[in-house]
Amino acid sequence: MMMIFGKPAPLLFGQLLLGIINGSFYAMLSLGLAIIFGLLRVINFAHGALFMVGAFVTWGLFHYVGIGFWPALLIAPVIVASLGLGIERGLIRFTYKLDILYGLLLTFGLALVLEGLFTNGFGSSGVAYNAPDLLSGVVNLGFMFLPVYRGFVIFAAIVICTAVWFIIEKTRLGALLRAATENPSLVQAFGVNVPRLIALTFAGGVGLAGLAGVLAAPLYSVNPNMGSALIDTVFAVVVIGGMGSIGGAILTGFGLGIIQGFTEVFYPPASSVVVFAVMAIVLLTRPAGLFGKAA
Amino acid sequence: MSDAPMLSIADLNAWYDESHVLHGIGLEIREGECVTLLGRNGAGKSTTLKSIMGLVPRRAGSIRFQGIDLIAARPDQIGRAGIGFCPEDRGIFSGLTVEENLLLPPVIGPGGMSLDDIYSLFPNLRERGKSAGTKLSGGEQQMLAIARILRTGARLLLFDEPTEGLAPVIVQQIAAMIGEIKRRGFTILLVEQNFRFASQLADRHYLIEHGQVVDMITRDQLPEKQETLHQRLGI
Repeated sequence: MMMIFGKPAPLLFGQLLLGIINGSFYAMLSLGLAIIFGLLRVINFAHGALFMVGAFVTWGLFHYVGIGFWPALLIAPVIVASLGLGIERGLIRFTYKLDILYGLLLTFGLALVLEGLFTNGFGSSGVAYNAPDLLSGVVNLGFMFLPVYRGFVIFAAIVICTAVWFIIEKTRLGALLRAATENPSLVQAFGVNVPRLIALTFAGGVGLAGLAGVLAAPLYSVNPNMGSALIDTVFAVVVIGGMGSIGGAILTGFGLGIIQGFTEVFYPPASSVVVFAVMAIVLLTRPAGLFGKAA
Repeated sequence: MSDAPMLSIADLNAWYDESHVLHGIGLEIREGECVTLLGRNGAGKSTTLKSIMGLVPRRAGSIRFQGIDLIAARPDQIGRAGIGFCPEDRGIFSGLTVEENLLLPPVIGPGGMSLDDIYSLFPNLRERGKSAGTKLSGGEQQMLAIARILRTGARLLLFDEPTEGLAPVIVQQIAAMIGEIKRRGFTILLVEQNFRFASQLADRHYLIEHGQVVDMITRDQLPEKQETLHQRLGI
């Protein structure tokens, strides 16, 4: 058997793949968090719960209505985004003039309520959702076997992250978002309806969480706690990448997933803390994060 | 010039939290005029501009622009009504390139200058299009802040201290640009500390003290009122 750094190659590649898969979800979730934090100054603790809702909506669409994976890729994010729009207009917007902690506590409470409701409705063990036929099976890459669906998730995550990065950094809508992040009242005086821009940004950010939820449904068990299991790491990603930095969130998401995967190979007990160790080191040396501008 | 003023403000009051800053400001601007607000620091000149844009926490009174009362309108509705704002800190966005800064304010109506026109008036901005907005010199940033409200179709422009902190040679350039903007038919309300600069450009001056208009001086009256102005402005 081929060995790399004294470890069997298949083990190494397997963990690398797992790391990239986890990194894909870190990147997609931290992207939405970074966009929302940048414009709303709200630390959205409900992000993981809305990711979970996205996965349950995907399951529900098939289970109750017979709508499969491909349409769900579009429908579930729209449903989650609409829910987000209701949450922003109905609740979060009342916290903008208050201390940043109120938005954090509100969304933290919302996360608990959502998880409680789904636990009540579906139990905590979760439900199963199968990958579409087109994406089932395994391909032999020569050095390892790659489950097709996992390859698809990585591909989809890269496409989604690139598209979002492009919208934020290279389009007129993105320029409006970046400007409103810096100086919302001036942007509004130019004739832009900033409150509406903020509401749609929140909807878009949680819609991304919903989309990540769809991709996660065939991969993980669809259960009420699937979001809270990820969200701690995702917050660490946002902090390491630099609060509000879009490119930073993407690169850090993938990077930390890979670091976590390799730690699993070389020193498994450290794999759950390595992300936070990296966070501590980054905060000590670069308090604004790897890609953040000094506050 | 039509008979009705383009902008007429009556009994304008404004507050920051508990402090009452404007105490019944009243002024009028006709289409095509350049009018300045003169006064010492803290007299309420900048607050008057911010109150017109709806950027103060609380305001009351009457602000009629082209026949529409804007006192209850949101800042974006005021901007869309056709008023362009160039703030005191210039408000250049550091996360945007020069070109993105220039193109940021949405076009709200016809009558704005074309991009080519703007670039011929401000040639530096074309060369620096791809650099970050705040990498420009102070004078260039000021020009960018002026340029970006010329293409939107706003016909009334509010300039808050466009010469603040700039070298005399740049101040002369800005004066020439504002003169050119006026010749093109824009209506201008200018807040200035630099009286020489203001007197070159303005048709009329409102003197503001303690949040009230205490005098109105036309260009022709300037020589005879020189003494009063010197006392009141401390220049």
